[in-house]
Amino acid sequence: MDLYEYQARDVFASYGVPVLAGGVATTPEQARDIAADIGGQVVVKAQVKTGGRGKAGGVKLADTPEDAYARASDILGMDIKGHTVHRVLIAQASDIAEEYYFSYLVDRANRSFLCIASVEGGVEIEEVAANKPDALARIPIDAGVGVDEALAREIVTAARFPDEVADQVVAIAVSLWKVFVGEDATLVEVNPLAKAPDGTVLALDGKVTLDENAGFRHAEHAELEDSAAADPLEQQAKAKNLNYVKLDGQVGIIGNGAGLVMSTLDVVAYAGEEFGGVEPANFLDIGGGASAQVMADGLGIILSDPSVRSVFVNVFGGITACDAVADGIVAALGLLGDSATKPIVVRLDGNNVEEGRRILDEAAHPLVEQVDTMDGAARRAAELVAADK
Amino acid sequence: MSIFLSENSKVIVQGMTGSEGSKHTRRMLASGTAIVGGVTPGKGGQSADFDGRAIPVFDSVSEAIAQTAADVTVIFVPPKFAKSAVIEAVDAGIGLAVVITEGIPIHDSTAFWAHAQGSLTRIIGPNCPGVISPGRSNAGIIPANIAGKGRIGLVSKSGTLTYQMMYELRDIGFSTAVGIGGDPVIGTTHIDCLAAFEADPDTEAIVMIGEIGGDAEERAADFIAANLTKPVVGYVAGFTAPEGKTMGHAGAIVSGSSGTAQAKKEALEAAGVRVGRTPSETAQLMRELVGSSSG
Repeated sequence: MDLYEYQARDVFASYGVPVLAGGVATTPEQARDIAADIGGQVVVKAQVKTGGRGKAGGVKLADTPEDAYARASDILGMDIKGHTVHRVLIAQASDIAEEYYFSYLVDRANRSFLCIASVEGGVEIEEVAANKPDALARIPIDAGVGVDEALAREIVTAARFPDEVADQVVAIAVSLWKVFVGEDATLVEVNPLAKAPDGTVLALDGKVTLDENAGFRHAEHAELEDSAAADPLEQQAKAKNLNYVKLDGQVGIIGNGAGLVMSTLDVVAYAGEEFGGVEPANFLDIGGGASAQVMADGLGIILSDPSVRSVFVNVFGGITACDAVADGIVAALGLLGDSATKPIVVRLDGNNVEEGRRILDEAAHPLVEQVDTMDGAARRAAELVAADK
Repeated sequence: MSIFLSENSKVIVQGMTGSEGSKHTRRMLASGTAIVGGVTPGKGGQSADFDGRAIPVFDSVSEAIAQTAADVTVIFVPPKFAKSAVIEAVDAGIGLAVVITEGIPIHDSTAFWAHAQGSLTRIIGPNCPGVISPGRSNAGIIPANIAGKGRIGLVSKSGTLTYQMMYELRDIGFSTAVGIGGDPVIGTTHIDCLAAFEADPDTEAIVMIGEIGGDAEERAADFIAANLTKPVVGYVAGFTAPEGKTMGHAGAIVSGSSGTAQAKKEALEAAGVRVGRTPSETAQLMRELVGSSSG
């Protein structure tokens, strides 16, 4: 789960990482009040989980509380790359003498963690990484040991932080490591880590990604989730414990296993090329069980998506038996009744496939059509979309 | 021969008396695996019945090894307890720990990986379907009836794509199929499996299945170009996955341009690997390479 900047700022502050005074507002009135409390010039920053908000006009300076009210009115409700702005962070404005970059992240190759630090931080960090790789220090971290003051000092030296900020950055590096471990984060990034004209080093903007697998030891993380920002169908699916992601196409997809479902999306997109660019409408992994209820929940969500024109149910019976899946489909259609109106192409293979196919043949539901291969079924589902136009 | 797991492997199951553990212990036994014991702290001295076969339960992995000479453990314990279960197995000196458990925090998997460095233990997983050497042994949840013994080695991040590919190539069969798991941090990588298959006389050709996220496939491509003499065909899932959305596997996250399915496909092709657009097409590429025993 990615945190908003204001949430990351709160987490940083609670671990003693220096941040500027600020608060989050959902209305212009709140923005004005927070600006008045802070006093002086403030920055009004759109809270969206995407990059490029500055260029989109989502970050503005405000000299007075009334000015903050006006800027917040402009920014709240703005659309930034498909993300509607529901909140703004009002933060004390700060002159910046230097911008640094600092992060901890997962290092897949070494099955451990990595620190990336640079004295050339700021919005162009990705270009710096691409064009001047030497300007970034990459320091591997032994997960069994972590980051203590000695390693933090090595990081500061490797990244060539200036002497006058070294002690401050060492302390921040140790505190950020405590955030990384203490919150079960998979990413903690500060960009910029800024030096103010008076020499103080501050975390001006941050990204934190929390490991949802660690939810069992962080009950408090549930409150950080912003369910209002999710797609309504994704919200419904989540409430039913379904692993669903809304996409932009026309073929509703249900399958078992994340890898097979991803593969199904690809196969549908290939098949769809022939029919004027038909594409998958969603990702939905119903997992191993595939009970009638799970199948009904999944089909129900997919069929309530107005952009869906056909459905492709792609199941390989590994641990699951195909007859159980077929029973699930028949029962699901019974539960859905007249609300099921789109053609459903089913491909079953694997464990007990003959019995599964027989059950569907016998049920002879008018919406259900069986195709024996994954590629063939994808083609048929795409063809049905084209025929419906 | 085969890799990691053979007819001589003696397997214990950590979490054997739980619901998943007992269900799959029954299946592993049915497929001929030498299950010699289970470990459930507090239930030592009891035995668990599987279709008339009594399997002894031990309090600890070290006790199970002392009594049975087990060299493989399959771990089904819940995420909360998985880290200590793996560390216990490593400390007991087990040769192979197959971690089936899904949903283990990354800070826990990095911790048990760090702990296993310099030890005797190879870790496969977590969040994986395990490893099967058909007709010999099955450590995990891969259904044993999909495909039999044969000449292909398979390595995959995804469980269901493993099953699908084994099914597509059941006419040729497999020396060993390894589901390495989809998490960002896993014990055994594509590269480890490629190296083992290259050294295995029973493996003639290799299917490698990848998916979006990370750069394991790109690194595997470099390894193939430099080290492999056996032919490899590849498949990558996730061409249509949108950027920045997680699709079930923690590892299947696209971050920036690196890690896309397209980048992985190109890297593999540059290393001389033929990459199929669909699982069926990939199976067909393999069939062209090694021929089918059933014609």
